[in-house]
Amino acid sequence: MATKSEILQGTLDLMVLKTLDAMGPLHGYGIALRLEQLSDRVLQVNQGTVYASLVRLVQKGWIRAEWGTSENNRSAKYYTITPRGRKQLAAEADDWARISGVIGKLLQLESR
Amino acid sequence: MLGDWIRRVLSRARSALRLHRVDEDFQRELASHLELMTEDNIRRGMEPGEARRQARLRLGGLDQLRETNLELQGLPFIDRLMQDLRYGWRVLRKSPGFTITAVLTMAMGIGANAVVFAAFNAIILRPLSVPRPESLYSIHRTDDLAAQSYPDYIDLRDRNQSFEDLAAYNIVLAGLDTGGNPSRAWGIAASGNYFDVLGVQPLLGRVFHAGEEHGSNSAPYVVLTYSYWHGHFRDDRDVVGRTIQLNKHPFTIIGVTPPEFRGTLLIASPDFFLPMVNQEQVDGSNLLNDRGNRDAIFMALGHLKSGVTPAQAAADVNLIWSDLVKTYPKDHAPAKFALARPSLYGERLGRPMRAFLVGLMLLAVLILLAACANLGSLFAARAADRSREVALRLALGARRLRILRQLFTEALLISVSGGALGLCGALLLLRLLRAWQPFPQWPLNIPFAPDRNVYALAVLLSVASGLLFGAVPVTQVLGADSYEIIKPGSQSRAGRRIPFRDLLLVGQIAMCAVLVTSSLVAVRGLGRSLHSHLGFEPRNTILVNTLLEMAGYGKDQVPDMQKRMVEAMRTIPGVASVGLVDRVPLNGNVGAGLIFADQTSDLRPANATASASVMAVSPEYLQAAGTALLAGRCFSPDDDKDGPRVAIVNQEFARRIFGSEATAVGKYFKQQDGARFQVVGVAEDGKYGNLTEDPEPAMFLPLLQSPASNTWLVVRSFAETQALATAIKSKLAGLDSGLPSFIESWGSAMGLPLFPARMATAALGILGLIGTVLSFVGIFGMAAYSVSKRMKELGIRMALGAQRAQVLEAALGRSLKSLALGSAAGLLFGILISRVLSSVVYQATPRDPLVLGGAAVAMSLVGLLATWIPAQRALSLRPLVLLRED
Repeated sequence: MATKSEILQGTLDLMVLKTLDAMGPLHGYGIALRLEQLSDRVLQVNQGTVYASLVRLVQKGWIRAEWGTSENNRSAKYYTITPRGRKQLAAEADDWARISGVIGKLLQLESR
Repeated sequence: MLGDWIRRVLSRARSALRLHRVDEDFQRELASHLELMTEDNIRRGMEPGEARRQARLRLGGLDQLRETNLELQGLPFIDRLMQDLRYGWRVLRKSPGFTITAVLTMAMGIGANAVVFAAFNAIILRPLSVPRPESLYSIHRTDDLAAQSYPDYIDLRDRNQSFEDLAAYNIVLAGLDTGGNPSRAWGIAASGNYFDVLGVQPLLGRVFHAGEEHGSNSAPYVVLTYSYWHGHFRDDRDVVGRTIQLNKHPFTIIGVTPPEFRGTLLIASPDFFLPMVNQEQVDGSNLLNDRGNRDAIFMALGHLKSGVTPAQAAADVNLIWSDLVKTYPKDHAPAKFALARPSLYGERLGRPMRAFLVGLMLLAVLILLAACANLGSLFAARAADRSREVALRLALGARRLRILRQLFTEALLISVSGGALGLCGALLLLRLLRAWQPFPQWPLNIPFAPDRNVYALAVLLSVASGLLFGAVPVTQVLGADSYEIIKPGSQSRAGRRIPFRDLLLVGQIAMCAVLVTSSLVAVRGLGRSLHSHLGFEPRNTILVNTLLEMAGYGKDQVPDMQKRMVEAMRTIPGVASVGLVDRVPLNGNVGAGLIFADQTSDLRPANATASASVMAVSPEYLQAAGTALLAGRCFSPDDDKDGPRVAIVNQEFARRIFGSEATAVGKYFKQQDGARFQVVGVAEDGKYGNLTEDPEPAMFLPLLQSPASNTWLVVRSFAETQALATAIKSKLAGLDSGLPSFIESWGSAMGLPLFPARMATAALGILGLIGTVLSFVGIFGMAAYSVSKRMKELGIRMALGAQRAQVLEAALGRSLKSLALGSAAGLLFGILISRVLSSVVYQATPRDPLVLGGAAVAMSLVGLLATWIPAQRALSLRPLVLLRED
């Protein structure tokens, strides 16, 4: 994890948070599956990577974890976004939009 | 944001505390992940094996995931602690001299405290190992040792309202024969209810009970202690039911007590227990009906009823006693009783022991403080030496907190390893102490086993000391200005900033001087008591204890056997004189008797003129013991049971009863039983009970008129002790091979009266030595530090033509001033506290030129030696080399 840049970590955390916001409670496998689908397999990372993200988000209090039962009767750990997580997501999403807008413009300017 | 941070730290701390469970939970989560994915894969049509393999591939390396998870969930400051420890270890390893000195200093401080506290814990803090020790009390007379007679005990037992039940016991010495091997053994003769009162259950067999007592010699049972059973019967479980001989009387072994029960007297460990009603068979004392024999009961004890305070119970006992005095005025005088803990024989032994141990504890704490002061100044000096390193780290962005933590880590590393070393030493010493039997003739020994308390104290003290001396350099580091220190050539104000450290050093030297002074006082007192006037001459004399009763001699056979023993001893070559005495002075209890003036007719205790020590002796005893006869004559063989009763009295007796020594010979006095004695001689005064006593009246009676079967042969000879002892043994065996005897030189028997003084002296000596080493290290450290700090200044002074004396003054003046100030203060304080010592060590007085001079010389020597190397270094400075640096 130490070699990965802060930005990538932050990006992954934001994606996990958004997924939980949109889909409701999910287990790690579900989140990883959803991320793969969304990115159309562009993000070629191991599914295990989501767990580091999940630990960080739990520690920050933005999501919480609970053992539950899956649809086909397997026990699995389910993650749920907390109200604080929602607030954080809104703020980060704003930031993201602003920054990506700036970066987009910057890249266009450079390529001109 | 701060809230977030706190939340994160708390969450990490929580999981760090249960990292193991966190890991398990994560493994479960990964397993469920794999299963879910495998099922999906199978649903998509894969083979089960392939499905699992694919799932593993997609998830990633399990071990790596687990490690990452642990790293995220773990506590970052544990990592940093490990870092600090590693760094501290490296730093300390770089200066082994400093590290070894510091660790040893700490080891001495902690070791001394652990040993002293273990003793304190074993003797004062730890309750007796019987059920409900908190309500167990014993009854003690406040005026003398003798307690009650057996009938008194029965009255107290049956009439008191305060005790659940009252037990009593005596200490007896008997020849114990398990089959052809009579040997001396110590026992407890106990009332029938003894074990039931204490609540002690047997390890093997059974114990005796009150219901088995049916008058004199009705219960020939014996219960062995664990240690005797273990030592003499090799843990043979079949001993129960076997018969042994106690002084030729058969007793049946009915049980063995558990190992933790050694009677209720802490300092002694008996070999066996027997019912008190059978005591007559063992030592011939028929006490069951003797109302006047107040020596009959050694101690009465029991549990207080719930809600009864010791004071109430004492009032109860006193009330019964005053009633007994009214009923039996011939036998009893008014007396006061108090309640105390049984383990230390009431306050008589308890108070001095407690005072002694508290004194030792104080000294040990002083030593630890000195060690801390020492290490504090060493650390401060080091911090100053490392100021550049610290400044550099600060300049490179290290936080002050981190640097402080580093310093504390080093301090704790030293204090904890020193503490561990000290504790190991302490445990070793305690093991020796535990096995130690200071007097071969008595069953004395104290269970010094260290317990949880001792370990906890050692750990606590180590950590506290580390924090204490680690804190000394804190202000120095916090106040450091990195730029000032790094500037080339800057010596900053480090050399000037030591008043606090000076103070530490002065305090430490003062503590050392206190210890040196008081140990010198003790040593001198001990020396004096060895040469004090004893009233006998223990050198070149051997004591032989024979208990004829043990060998089955009847009362009428005893005098003849004693005569034959004396004659046999006389035939040994080199023997100058041989005497017999029933109680050797300064060797345990000397009997006492009340003395009445000749004209007194009402012989109640209140009318007695004095109480005198009584010794029954053979005609040649005074000569053999080296006691000078000042007037009159010695006893002769004609002073036997048919002759008129005669006595030899000491000077104090003569003065007190007859007014003067000169007129005593020929006068008469009476004892309580009405017997009238004529004084035929006056002997010199001596010490009888203990070394610190004032002159006491004493009298000698002819053994033939006051027969005793338990006597000591006093054999004076210039022959070599070992050979003499062998000769004595073979002579005795020639007379009667079944006679148990105990042979000891009088010099070594003197270990008993000298014991407290010797213990005090040894303890103080060791502590004094430790204190000296500590202040030596302290002075050395300080002097070396101040020389190295002021090297340049000294160089300039020398270059400018300063004389050697001036250089030394400049370099060492401070240390020497501290030494002088500290020594003076310590000497003064030492003299003040030495007064306490005089209660333990005979004739201990600080008003002694040798003590004062000795302490002063010792302190100067310490100072001289400690400053020698730094002084050499200061004098060998070469200014040019020095000034070229920087």
